[in-house]
Amino acid sequence: MFKTFLFLALAAASQAQIAVKADLLFTMTGDLKPIKNAVVLCNAEGLIEAVGPASEVKIPEGYQTLSAKVATPGIIDAHATVGLSGILNSPKHDQEQLDKSAPIQPELRAVDAYNGRDPLVKWLRDLGVTTVHTGHAPGTLISGQLMVVKTNVPSITSMKDTLIPTSAIASTIGSKALSKSPGTRSKAIAMLRAELIKAQARRLKIEAAKDDPEKEAPDANIKLDALVDILTKKTPLLINAHRHQDIASALRLREEFGFDLILDGAAEAYLLLDEIKAAKIPVIVHPTMGRPFGDMENMTFTLAAQLHKAGIPFAFQSGYETYVPKTRVVHFEAGMAAAYGLPQEAALAACTINAAKILGLADKIGSLEKGKHADLALFDGDPLETTTHTTHVIIDGELVSSSAK
Amino acid sequence: MRPRKLLALAIAPLIALPVIFSSAQDTPEADPPVAIRAFTNATIYPVSSPRIEGGTLVVQGDTILAVGPAGQVEIPDGAERIDASGKTIIPGLICTHSHIGQVAGGDSSSPIQPEVRVLDSVDVRDTSIDKARAGGVTTVNLMSGSGHLLSGQTIYLKLRKGNTIDDLSIKLPDGSLAYGVKMANGTNSIRDNGPFPGTRGKSAALVRQKFIDAQAYLKKRNEVDPEKPFERDLALETLADILEGKRTVHHHTHRHDDILTVLRLKEEFGFKVILHHVSEAWKVADEIAAAKVPCSIIFLDSPGGKLEARDFEWRNGAELEKRGVLTAFHTDDPINDSRWFLRNAAVGVRAGMSREKALEALTLAGAKMLDLEESIGSLDAGKQADFVVLSGDPFSIYTRVLETHIEGQQVFDLDDPTDRLFAEGGYGAGHNREASGCCFYR
Repeated sequence: MFKTFLFLALAAASQAQIAVKADLLFTMTGDLKPIKNAVVLCNAEGLIEAVGPASEVKIPEGYQTLSAKVATPGIIDAHATVGLSGILNSPKHDQEQLDKSAPIQPELRAVDAYNGRDPLVKWLRDLGVTTVHTGHAPGTLISGQLMVVKTNVPSITSMKDTLIPTSAIASTIGSKALSKSPGTRSKAIAMLRAELIKAQARRLKIEAAKDDPEKEAPDANIKLDALVDILTKKTPLLINAHRHQDIASALRLREEFGFDLILDGAAEAYLLLDEIKAAKIPVIVHPTMGRPFGDMENMTFTLAAQLHKAGIPFAFQSGYETYVPKTRVVHFEAGMAAAYGLPQEAALAACTINAAKILGLADKIGSLEKGKHADLALFDGDPLETTTHTTHVIIDGELVSSSAK
Repeated sequence: MRPRKLLALAIAPLIALPVIFSSAQDTPEADPPVAIRAFTNATIYPVSSPRIEGGTLVVQGDTILAVGPAGQVEIPDGAERIDASGKTIIPGLICTHSHIGQVAGGDSSSPIQPEVRVLDSVDVRDTSIDKARAGGVTTVNLMSGSGHLLSGQTIYLKLRKGNTIDDLSIKLPDGSLAYGVKMANGTNSIRDNGPFPGTRGKSAALVRQKFIDAQAYLKKRNEVDPEKPFERDLALETLADILEGKRTVHHHTHRHDDILTVLRLKEEFGFKVILHHVSEAWKVADEIAAAKVPCSIIFLDSPGGKLEARDFEWRNGAELEKRGVLTAFHTDDPINDSRWFLRNAAVGVRAGMSREKALEALTLAGAKMLDLEESIGSLDAGKQADFVVLSGDPFSIYTRVLETHIEGQQVFDLDDPTDRLFAEGGYGAGHNREASGCCFYR
């Protein structure tokens, strides 16, 4: 556990270990049903020490007890640009999410651009978001890397400050990635394939050199090596695609190159539910309140409900906004999906445990279980209701917000 | 199947005509009986009075006949009774600041273009209008953008089903159309190239000079012999109307200093002005209250996105309410989708507004800002029958708009497949309501 306390005063005030008492506790385990009148204990290492009904889990003396109507695991934003796309929206100052100098740049690292002190990180943290999957935005064929980080980390002083330093590589298929070249969808896919074929050849050379001391390994190449990591499934390729034909292109690429695919955005995924399900890939759905323009003109607020019904794993994202609001809030998006047919527990799961599963972090975050990180969000009502306030936020067993926002 | 439905919808406004003109004719015995409908057992928020449980709303033609608790409202014989048990009825939502209908205002030729009318640009068949109806929006102030100090004349519309802008527009007693004028200050209207201003000081100077010119024009207009020809100037004429209080200025403004600049202009020229967006209202709420200027505010899910919105706060609504400032919400669609307009009331309550004022900010407050409170904005006998049927509590995220009615005509029905497509989205929702034999393979 790497604790960098953003607020020294808060840290000092919260030295006691925290116990959370909730009228309704969504542990996000098993059948996802909440436990009534429950207690969570956080240990000194920032992990969950015990979870259960108040009748079974006694609060030891000396613990600081926080009470809430509802508590959930810390909210996870499965795809954001927060920390790169800053509050001021000022190019060259706080807009680090997209470099358009080349169409394919998998070597751009999120860790080299992340500003954990941007006010929007605090904005999300105060609302209960404890972990973000953030990095390069959609907008070019391959815009760069993403990382997973807790929202209490102000600076990336070492890779250990992240949960995953390179969690995915961001790709976009669709009109947003078109410019002078690639200027058409066909050209875009041709360029991606050509680059991945280069990476295939490189992978063979690297593997051959490993087995045969006579053969020389190729010189390091951060761009191609990042693509080799996709081919070896070390890093998933997160493809933002909205039109059904672009989603189909993503599926074809995966078929050809055999990488781990995370489908992102996917506004028209409802047209290809069978194909997506058969491919066994997860979807990080566009914000429910995203705008119905361009490739998203046929988006539906029922997409999450349809994916749920089809049994396709999915999570919510705040996404990337070029203007206002500069960041969305992932559980607000989940709430709106719940208004359009998604069951409440499934909506919460899609910004907690199911997001953690898609990110490969379900052993650490996303549910309230003994031994997992003590990340919690406390509310004075249904977390999906707009009128509900986030009263407290806990990361790694430390109180990081009590702003009742 | 679908074309026939559309044909029925297109005819609907024509059917309403005898009702509209009935009061103007001296032959009441020749009028067909006007249909009366009674929605019963509903939770009703008249907005002008407290919530009614188990309430009845009686609509006759395009007008509200009565609203009240079950025992206190007489339902005329022959009225169609509609059981609205479990449902909630609120007034039609009024959006004081919207850009639906593909509106456009001034071009890049000058920063002040009062002669430009958005009414000459509105596409009444655009999907954004269908979507607004699906959000329960019944009246809008359609505005051009904020890239000019003055980008043109706005247009107030009722979102009736119609073929042309005339079917949607609102006629004032003097026969003119209801509209205001869009102005802006701050960074949006500042550009690098002339004749646009490069600074805030220059912005204010350009506007002041133009209104001073309009003062002279107005003086001339008032002095001229009505028998003699008068050389009209479309731009100054519009500004003169503002100076005379005939038209309201809808002023985009974000930062505290820009807000105060608007208040100074109002003080100097004495015009009627509504502050729009007002991101930093919380910083100068006392000054806004003292100037008695209403605010049409926006809620966003985060601050920032532009320098001027860095200090935007959700508590704007509560701070203005505390000081008695007339406050409405707006969508600024496409900034916020009209289908989420109702959600603003919940954000307002979350940040400290009372439920009453939050609901008023979606309805009656907007009506007042558009000078239409005599006919719309609340559910009161004699007002136009603009109302929304909801599935539940207006402050809950789980609540859906089921029906939207304008002047007694239903303009949105969630059970209708085409209406539902626009309400929820889906394949084809990005394109206009289709003509026959067209367009998408769903």
